[in-house]
Amino acid sequence: MPDAPGLELIRGEIEQDHPGAVLDTGFEHGCASLAIDPAHVLAVLGWLRDAPGQGYRFLSSLHAADYLPATPRFAVHYELLNRDRVERIRVKALLEDPSSAGGVASGGPRTEAQPPPAGPPEAATGPAAGALPEIDSCVSIFPTAEFQEREAYDFFGIVFNGHPDLTRILLPEDYVGWPQRRDFPVGGEPVTFTYNEHNYG
Amino acid sequence: MASRPRTRERAREIAGDDVRARAGAEEAAPGLAERTEVMTVNIGPHHPATHGVLRLVVDLEGEVVKDLRPIIGYVHTGIEKSCEDKSYWKVIPFVERMDYLSYFFQMEAFCGAVERMIELEIPPRAKYLRTIFLELNRIHSHLVWLGTTALDLGAISMLWYCFRERDRILDLFEMAAGQRMHTRYFQVGGVIEDIPLGFEAKLREFIADMPVRVGQYQDLLDRNEVFLSRTKGTGIVSRERLLELGVTGPLLRAAGEPWDLRKAFDYLAYPEMDFKIPVGTVGDNYDRYRVRVAEMVESTRIVEQALDGLPEGPFIADDRKYVLPPRSELSTSMESLIHHFKLVTEGYRVGPSELYYAIESPRGELGCFVLADGSAKPARVHFRDPSFVNLQAFRDMSVDSYVADMICSLGMLDPILGGVDR
Amino acid sequence: MRSRQLRARDMLRGDLEGEELERYVEERVVMTNFDKMLGWARSNSIFPLTFGLACCAIEGIPMAAVTARYDLARFGAEAGRASPRQADLIILSGRVSIKMAPIIRRLYDQMLEPKWAISMGACSSSGGMFSNYAVVQGADKFMPIDVHVPGCPPRPEAVLYGFTKLQRKIQGNPDQGWRARYGAHGTEEWARGGPRSEPSTEAAEAYEAARGLIGA
Repeated sequence: MPDAPGLELIRGEIEQDHPGAVLDTGFEHGCASLAIDPAHVLAVLGWLRDAPGQGYRFLSSLHAADYLPATPRFAVHYELLNRDRVERIRVKALLEDPSSAGGVASGGPRTEAQPPPAGPPEAATGPAAGALPEIDSCVSIFPTAEFQEREAYDFFGIVFNGHPDLTRILLPEDYVGWPQRRDFPVGGEPVTFTYNEHNYG
Repeated sequence: MASRPRTRERAREIAGDDVRARAGAEEAAPGLAERTEVMTVNIGPHHPATHGVLRLVVDLEGEVVKDLRPIIGYVHTGIEKSCEDKSYWKVIPFVERMDYLSYFFQMEAFCGAVERMIELEIPPRAKYLRTIFLELNRIHSHLVWLGTTALDLGAISMLWYCFRERDRILDLFEMAAGQRMHTRYFQVGGVIEDIPLGFEAKLREFIADMPVRVGQYQDLLDRNEVFLSRTKGTGIVSRERLLELGVTGPLLRAAGEPWDLRKAFDYLAYPEMDFKIPVGTVGDNYDRYRVRVAEMVESTRIVEQALDGLPEGPFIADDRKYVLPPRSELSTSMESLIHHFKLVTEGYRVGPSELYYAIESPRGELGCFVLADGSAKPARVHFRDPSFVNLQAFRDMSVDSYVADMICSLGMLDPILGGVDR
Repeated sequence: MRSRQLRARDMLRGDLEGEELERYVEERVVMTNFDKMLGWARSNSIFPLTFGLACCAIEGIPMAAVTARYDLARFGAEAGRASPRQADLIILSGRVSIKMAPIIRRLYDQMLEPKWAISMGACSSSGGMFSNYAVVQGADKFMPIDVHVPGCPPRPEAVLYGFTKLQRKIQGNPDQGWRARYGAHGTEEWARGGPRSEPSTEAAEAYEAARGLIGA
């Protein structure tokens, strides 16, 4: 991993070309991470991939996380790997939740009586039509992100602008709700014992 | 990249081109009107090629594959969401069941990530034991792969021979951990139990036999005309394209790139082992087959070295804040009892941090991302599964080749749908 | 030996008559009724559908149970058919996700009568350890299951035991409990009584009724 001073140097160099991109750096357990503003994600990833001293040309993993009580709520993590120097760096794009202003929960479990979604994905989160967080898709820089961005969209509702085919990948196409958000219930059924089995058909 | 339109317009376009080209021929040979059209065929999710519930929507022009779209999610189990509800040691049986052929690897990815987050050192004996079981699991996974892929290609007896060896490995797992599959053997801090008496002898028998058996498999397949003509020269994707698509593991090594996380990152006992990484040249299906078979032999060597160098000592770390105390202490020490109680009921807490830890599983880079928020349950567990990412290369492997080559490539790609769908 | 040959020669020449002929035929021809024979034939030549969902598939049919150590061929069931139209038995080996459930139902509907279903493993019997939004909590919810095999994953021997139970079910002769087989009646312990205690009348009646049901 780039060590802590190396990480600050990277931050400084990115700040020169794209001021305001890097919000924070973090270095814990030997792993370096950069927290960036989502508007600059393509610029930062492109810089890390192409700048002469960097060469993080392999995207190991693209995943999203929900930090619910904290804001900004969502973060899209890009785990980059430099195979020549065998170093990893993590880029976190922090996204606000646009529907949190109205206090609308992001779609309940499928069994609730909700109208099926129609039209663009932005309208699919429920009666109050809360907007979905958006970020640019990095498929043009890292083609490996195609399936992984679809997965982040499927589970968190994060829309990737410019993705060739942003549809649900692991859940049925007509599923309503974003399951891996923290406020979505785990689901399932309670275990049936004799004292409560008359409740369940 | 930009997806090609797979609609009626495209079909008409192709048909139109051919009809216009053959317009001359039609006049010359009346009655010989030919039209080619693109037929969209749905393969799966239930189909005889037993690679799990993968659905492929294939555009075929005759027997030639023009476009391919994999549709997955038929065994999506919501494991990552379930893990957020369980304390850290309860997550271990859940994540085992993702990629259900390489269960030890998932355990190692998760336990390794948590150990790095809590900065817990595992004792050397545990490192060696983990290495032994990981490599045995790699051999097991490759044996199942070889058996089922050869079955798909028509070499039906291979299934029986490979599963004979596989049953021996499962006997070893059962001796050590009590269960053949999904053993829950790795815990945060080490392994849950030491290996029993007789395990070493049985393992040495297996190690002595394995190269002989692999030789027999190669004798069966390596000079088989049908196998060679089906696998040589099919399913080629260039190394650069594979790297762009994020493909790792034997697929990447078959294309000539010597990238293996066991050698790149030092984890467990691999730095002390002497082993080679088989690398292919062309990147066709035959190279993938050879790379995996050679990996089986290399893994046997690693197991032998690890067994020879197995150090004495504790098999799990001592830190009672994270590791259960041995049961013998529970009747004598009050503190142990309290630790045991806390660990079993609530579990240990991991301070707010996040970590991504990747290891080399039989299919490629298996990464585990754990986000801890200070409570006893992880806030997010995500696995970067190699089969999920490798599946993106399937389209490149099969386009402009025959359906039969597509089936061969699917076998050599070695997808495990449990990992793809999680 | 010689006498048997002579009798065979007599029979072929038409020299055996009446009682001798009847006894001769009875000794050589198995007399049974058609249902039993049908049950015997069906249970010993089941064509399972080659259908594997997840981890249980590796450990059961279609993989480990079919291979050499836990051979399924000794029960006559190694001819696994890929098409549901040609299969008798569907073995749900693995977790049933919500996306896959309609497809399994369609496969089951495509199978022709008589058909059976074994639910192998905890996940398809009851949702297993995955009590969440994505797994159907038991395949019972959408299709009839004949035999449930517990385990995660069940050992191949357990799957084969479930298979033999199904075979007996097909033959119409359900398995006797172990107490009947080993003559162990009288060893039951009743709640709050300890060994050699006496049951209450309701408990005794219920127990007798249950034993009657299984034909002990």
